[in-house]
Amino acid sequence: MKLKYFSAPYLVWMVVFILVPLLMVAYFAFTNDNGAFTIKHVSAVGEYTNIFVRSVWLSLIATAVCLVVAYPVAFFLSRMDKHKQGTMLMIVMLPMWMNFLLRTYAWMTILGNKGIINHLLTLAGLEPVKLINTSGAVVLGMVYNYLPFMILPLYSVMEKIDKSVIEAASDLGCNSVSSLFRVIVPLSLPGIMSGITMVFVPAISTFIISRMLGGGSNLLIGDLIEMQFLGNSYNPHLGAAISLVLMALILVIMTVMNQFSPDDQVLM
Amino acid sequence: MKKLGKIYLALVLLFLYVPIFVLIVFSFNESKSRSVFTNFTFDWYVRLFHNRIIISSLVNTLIIAAIASIASTILGTFAAIGINSMRKVPKAMVMNITNMPIINPEIVTGVSLMLLFVFFAARMHFEFGFVTLIIAHITFDVPYVILNIMPKFKQMDPHLYEAAQDLGCSSFQAFYKVVLPEIMPGIISGFLMALTYSLDDFVVSYFTTGSTSQTLPITIYSMTRRKVSPEINALSTIIFVAVLVILLVKNFVENRQARAKEVKA
Repeated sequence: MKLKYFSAPYLVWMVVFILVPLLMVAYFAFTNDNGAFTIKHVSAVGEYTNIFVRSVWLSLIATAVCLVVAYPVAFFLSRMDKHKQGTMLMIVMLPMWMNFLLRTYAWMTILGNKGIINHLLTLAGLEPVKLINTSGAVVLGMVYNYLPFMILPLYSVMEKIDKSVIEAASDLGCNSVSSLFRVIVPLSLPGIMSGITMVFVPAISTFIISRMLGGGSNLLIGDLIEMQFLGNSYNPHLGAAISLVLMALILVIMTVMNQFSPDDQVLM
Repeated sequence: MKKLGKIYLALVLLFLYVPIFVLIVFSFNESKSRSVFTNFTFDWYVRLFHNRIIISSLVNTLIIAAIASIASTILGTFAAIGINSMRKVPKAMVMNITNMPIINPEIVTGVSLMLLFVFFAARMHFEFGFVTLIIAHITFDVPYVILNIMPKFKQMDPHLYEAAQDLGCSSFQAFYKVVLPEIMPGIISGFLMALTYSLDDFVVSYFTTGSTSQTLPITIYSMTRRKVSPEINALSTIIFVAVLVILLVKNFVENRQARAKEVKA
């Protein structure tokens, strides 16, 4: 029995439901309603450069914040007593069981012009602040929604790091800072990379967070695509073209990031 | 250091839980206001159980998430084992395609599947709904299962499987007794991630559902577009309490197992 044949059912699934649909996106992007070749739709994407720049910028900020916040969480979690780890991990993941529309809606409640923060500010005799419908609110929504997706892969790599490796580093003269950067971080790089992927990709493509927390003035790429398929400006060819450019953009950004990841390095 | 870690964890948990706490508090609020708590009431819970649309979309969500996450865990586990024993070039090719639904934004996955289903729906006379939703969910779940399992192979000694066979295991025993326990944490976290993604998914469902089977997120979305009813707050509270109970039971069982092991040792 050869192990590689185990993947046969998945390979069929993969071709039919991953590869073919993506080829259809490419086909739609380069054709018009009659099926004739055209680059009209792809070149029209250039008109939306400002929206692309905003999307990349906001989602990069959100990813960076997630990484900085999640890294210590995953580290402390992985150094806890074994039987406490499972419980803590479930507590961290528990909010993910609530639908993200509800969680985003909760932030509307908190940040709204007549929301809880402004209600408290008014009670304290202060001027209300404009919190919702700002780009800051959009970043907050991204961080809040995707933070556990950064914690989980980081934790699952760090949990495998042998305690004695860290002890050996300190025996050999590393202080806690240098053992962090010379031992723990290099060993957790695969987790960092998949964490970044899992936060950055949904963040750059969201259309709900920007719609609910960003108001009409913080349109992102996702909003643009959604409008072409289910919105008022129905045009699947333009939508497919924008999707194609978005895919290419993410591919470029992820390739650049992967240069920093030593994927052939032998792990413990 | 330990104390600092605890304070830090507590702060992050506070950030994660405050919005949920707000939803729960306002589920007991008599008025529809989202900032002023007027009077305590259970009315929204009573109305929730009389709201047919919410109940039926909740049932749909649970069924779809269960089927999709179990199917994708099985499909993904076998896929990961197979992919791991492939040669370098085909392995890289398969992994690149597997990575696509992850590298790609959800919205692109949704849109691409929508194009595929539209193409087939026109030729094979079926409607968007339950089946298209399940296919879509499995499609975006499987890569997460595979991606959770593959690093476990990287961390495992590749000769363990052969060593077990040399020491007298059949290939099935070697797989079951050596490989499976080694990758089990990956399978479990993959399944949990698939389940959460499926329960939580709005974007792909939004593009692949028909008018017949609405999932809860889609129902919630259409409610937030109009006027949100506090019934949804009540529903969130119930889901939260249910998950909390599952967590506590799981924790209790695991602690007892751990203690039993210690006694034996």
